[in-house]
Amino acid sequence: MKGLEAFRVALDALRGNRLRSLLTTLGIVIGIAAVIVVVSIGAGARQQIESQVEGLGSNLILVVPGQFDTQNLSSNAAAVSTLQRDDGDLLADVVGDPDAVTARLTSGAQVRAGAVEQFVTVQGSDQNLPEVFTRPVAEGQFFTGTDVEARRRVAVLGSRTAETFFPGADPVGRQITVAGTRFQVVGVLAEQGESFGVSQDNEVHVPITVAQRLFGLQRVDAFAVKSPSAAQVPELSRRLWRVLKAEYPDQTFSAVTQTQILGVIGDILGLLTAVLAAIAGISLLVGGVGVSNIMLVSVRERTREIGLRKALGARQRDVLVQFLVEAVLLTSVGGVIGIALGVSGSLLIDGLSPLPASVEWWSPVVAFVVSAAVGVFFGVFPARRAGRLDPVVALRAD
Amino acid sequence: MDEQPVDEQPAPGVPAPARPASRRAAIEAVDVTRSYSFGDTTVQALRGVSFTVDDGEYTAIVGPSGSGKSTLMHLLGCLDRPTSGTLRVGGRDLRELSDAELAELRNREIGFVFQAFQLLPRSTAVDNVALPLLYRGVKGAERRERAAQSLRAVGLGHRLTHRPTQMSGGEQQRVAIARALVGEPRILLADEPTGNLDSRNGAEVMRILEQLNAERGVAVVLVTHDDEVAGRARRQVRVRDGLVERDTAAEHGTAAGGGAA
Repeated sequence: MKGLEAFRVALDALRGNRLRSLLTTLGIVIGIAAVIVVVSIGAGARQQIESQVEGLGSNLILVVPGQFDTQNLSSNAAAVSTLQRDDGDLLADVVGDPDAVTARLTSGAQVRAGAVEQFVTVQGSDQNLPEVFTRPVAEGQFFTGTDVEARRRVAVLGSRTAETFFPGADPVGRQITVAGTRFQVVGVLAEQGESFGVSQDNEVHVPITVAQRLFGLQRVDAFAVKSPSAAQVPELSRRLWRVLKAEYPDQTFSAVTQTQILGVIGDILGLLTAVLAAIAGISLLVGGVGVSNIMLVSVRERTREIGLRKALGARQRDVLVQFLVEAVLLTSVGGVIGIALGVSGSLLIDGLSPLPASVEWWSPVVAFVVSAAVGVFFGVFPARRAGRLDPVVALRAD
Repeated sequence: MDEQPVDEQPAPGVPAPARPASRRAAIEAVDVTRSYSFGDTTVQALRGVSFTVDDGEYTAIVGPSGSGKSTLMHLLGCLDRPTSGTLRVGGRDLRELSDAELAELRNREIGFVFQAFQLLPRSTAVDNVALPLLYRGVKGAERRERAAQSLRAVGLGHRLTHRPTQMSGGEQQRVAIARALVGEPRILLADEPTGNLDSRNGAEVMRILEQLNAERGVAVVLVTHDDEVAGRARRQVRVRDGLVERDTAAEHGTAAGGGAA
């Protein structure tokens, strides 16, 4: 019996029991759809983060206290080793450009303007932030070096914060209260966009000197350093680190580059996607067991048919192929339905929810191959049992 | 089973001079035994059966249930192999064949007609009849064409696309005969073919079998417990307790002797 004939016979058998075939393959449908959605979300997240990190400028170096932890993108020992604002001068000397270094201290506070009150991220920044992070000012201007040194209570709002506190109005020149202290708004940053539904535009920038006083801190969280060119990044990051190490031999610092962050993000997302996909894949396994089970029932129900086919000249191999093709057809059809559901589900999630999702071209291909392979794996046992039936016994069955 | 039982039939080959030279043995059984083991006990269903069925012969194998008749039918149908002795079907010794070769032998030499018709309920008459050709590797269009011819030969040219559930028992059995015939086998093995039919349909089925035997020269082996059905065959082989009790061919001295009934 040729492959095409086996395919036709299997199709007839499955059509004869439409509802059961559909229910049997449901596990495969769900499993395939779930894996595709998870992989798509993982890929979407990676693409979004990569584009955002790249958007910062590929020649950005982040200098943080402590050992940069490649496992969870944070630095530990920050409490032990600290960076001071003055350390920025050391770093600026290394780069040779005092405007290429910006300090940062991040906290949060209750912010009020008129009747509107909200808890907002407060960034202690200095005058170099727009240049180093490539964040243009949309209205007004960013605070100056003099503002920072004089500890002037001026604030620059993110675009979203501006919209929240001064809907439809120009916030420049207006007053806001940050943690009980009054600030004058001098500028609004251009919109930056969202990452996982978290806006980078929902923050208030104040001079870092003011922020230190406001939050009672001496240190800064980090310095961002802009390298003159991407090619100089690795060398520059080593030099930055060495200067700090020479200054504070007992403490640990890290100079983290874009590439490292991207690599770490990639690793984390890859691992996360793999774990979630594996969990979703369990449904495939369960679905496969279901297929195996129903095929065994089918072999039992069709014992006489098998006996008859053997009496009419079907070899063991013919019967085995017939049932194997049937199982593979069952799971492949489930795979195709699952791919359709998974792809459309991914597109819906991408379009309708804050989660990014991007269907990788290979995921439907792999999904189809896997679903067919599940059919082979879980179909072989019932098919062998069918093939080995003794025609004499099989014909007697009722 | 060392002891040779009292055998009314002469050794194979002895009746040969009485036959036309053109005749060949479709089935040749020499001292065939078949025993089944169930744990410690062994049941001997056939205890040494010898007989020959020539090409184009019409033979009834008769016997009560438990006589070994069914076992014999399975052996003649190449669905099983003898425990000892030699069984040649179409000149091939069953004991020398692999399972796959046995399947091929069934496909080429044997046409089965079962008591319960054994049709695939969801397939059309044509698809049912074409089944043996499927396993012979015949292409789809030719398969359907030959199946249709075969159905016309049993008077079912108007039922080609009907399914078994849409047909009467008599029609279903005629579909089964068409299926047995489609591969142009040497032997048509009918196991109680009228057992599930009323007398009118049963008579019709018997008439078709006789006609096929006469017109196409296919050897018909009819396995039955019904003496009336068996009586219509030219030759009766009576089986009892795993042995051939009586073989009319031996009594008449010629297998081809007509009008034995």
